[in-house]
Amino acid sequence: MAIAAQAQSIEEQRKWEGSLDELRGLVSERAMTGETMLLNMGPHHPSTHGVLRLLLELDGEEIVTCLPDIGFLHTGIEKSLEDKSYEKALPLTDRMDYLSPMSNNMAYSCAVEKLLDLDVPERGQIIRVICLELARCASHLVWLGTHAIDMGAMSVLLYAFRERERVLGMFEMLSGQRMMSSYIRPGGVWRDVPAEFLPTIKQFLNDFPAKVDDYEALLTQNPIWKDRAQGVGVVEPDVALAHGMTGPALRGSGVNWDLRKAQPYSGYETYDFNVPLGEHGDVYDRYLIRIQEFRESMKILNQAVARLETVQGPYRSENRKYVPPLRSELGQSMEAVIHHFKLWTYGYDAPDDEIYSAIESPRGEIGCYLHGTGANKPRRVHFKTPSFIHISALPVMSSGYLLADMVAIIGSVDIVLGDCDR
Amino acid sequence: MGVSSKLGNLGVVTTTVEQAVNWARTGAMWPLLFGLACCAIEYMSSQASSYDLSRFGMELNRATPRQADLLIVSGRLTRKMAPVVRQLYDQMAEPKWVISMGDCASCGGVYNNYAIVQGVDEIIPVDVYIAGCPPRPEQLLHGILTLHEKVKSERVTDWA
Repeated sequence: MAIAAQAQSIEEQRKWEGSLDELRGLVSERAMTGETMLLNMGPHHPSTHGVLRLLLELDGEEIVTCLPDIGFLHTGIEKSLEDKSYEKALPLTDRMDYLSPMSNNMAYSCAVEKLLDLDVPERGQIIRVICLELARCASHLVWLGTHAIDMGAMSVLLYAFRERERVLGMFEMLSGQRMMSSYIRPGGVWRDVPAEFLPTIKQFLNDFPAKVDDYEALLTQNPIWKDRAQGVGVVEPDVALAHGMTGPALRGSGVNWDLRKAQPYSGYETYDFNVPLGEHGDVYDRYLIRIQEFRESMKILNQAVARLETVQGPYRSENRKYVPPLRSELGQSMEAVIHHFKLWTYGYDAPDDEIYSAIESPRGEIGCYLHGTGANKPRRVHFKTPSFIHISALPVMSSGYLLADMVAIIGSVDIVLGDCDR
Repeated sequence: MGVSSKLGNLGVVTTTVEQAVNWARTGAMWPLLFGLACCAIEYMSSQASSYDLSRFGMELNRATPRQADLLIVSGRLTRKMAPVVRQLYDQMAEPKWVISMGDCASCGGVYNNYAIVQGVDEIIPVDVYIAGCPPRPEQLLHGILTLHEKVKSERVTDWA
């Protein structure tokens, strides 16, 4: 009984994490007899974009199915948020999707504003749009570099990170931090843009389109890139919708769904931009969409920067029950001192109500479910994150393709494990 | 031929075995290609164009711990991930060093909760701690140079 002996030896190899029986129903019956091979990928693997573990069932080199194992970066952020007042919870949201912290801030701030019925002044909304689109560029640049390096194009990372440093420099200019900026806050943004910001972003907007052309020159018509990407990881539109996929991964399948258009927030309905759509739903289409999103973000940024120059006024809400006063007011107004003290010690009470608010992050729909208690801390905060959804769709995206395509598929959906595990 | 034809007679250079070995170790300290969370992105920034870690002989990330000298724990370490990191450390061949990058790896950072190991030094020995959330690439470079100073003062017999 060679097969039985083989199964025995497989079982022995896997003893450190339980028996094969535990996988019954998750992998095919052929794996039970040792006809197909079970292969572990991750959590320490250069191409899983963090600490994702995949259990792959292989028939030769062909993937039969894959079982994602998540939770290696489970940080307990949602639980920790329950013990913090609404304003103090904000820095923790930065650290979920660490490639675009601005989007997390925005999702959380939108939810708090919806719960409190808090207004955001127009200038604040414009600064938010600038931050969100810069975050989209920065996030897509990391995706581009790492996706290319996964597929063997080593040099793209160096080009992509060169431009990303400029975006991070702008974030630092705004908030004092390169990555975890906590800049977008309930009621607006932390502070007004500094004087040197406008010339810097204008220079960036002037330079960046040519850089995107450079990336395209390296990859788009590259025959090796096309061979690796075209026809790989195909997702049909109905499958994508059934899995709840969002963002570029959904639009790659040709489904026109972008929350900036479908449920506009922060004044996105007033900007002129297109939503790029794919046709085939493969890795290559998802690549093309993100490249086009660079250009669409440039469009939005150009309009927003022009508006920022004309629209003056407050950049965060004047509602002192929820938004702390300016530092400069503290020396002159006793009322400002009282508000400042109250807001930074106790915080503010939010109604006993539940709301859901979603925005379009670089990866897809990031939504925040917030349940107030009537006091200063939430009862429950939950984030619906795109990476979690997309990892759940990995089995259907990868089955039938070769093992080497797995890294291309993982890269093309642009997962961040901090976003998934939280 | 070689250096002497270009620079003339250099005479004799004397050094100790210890200094020569430690100089070699600091000059090509290959890090493990390993990242946990946010700090890993700043680690990638350090590797990339602007900060260019290859100036310190560190451009070569090894994906296998068997070929790595330096483990940079970049990010928050969860209880589920801790055994994996310990196994990676155990698999590295000596001499080996560990940099704890960022607040989460150094002390748990902002996450004092059920999920996060309160500092990677609970499971593996750490040579250099880098503060910051996340540390800037310059901070990481400073940490690496601090480690180099430490390595230069080591005895060869320490790893024997």
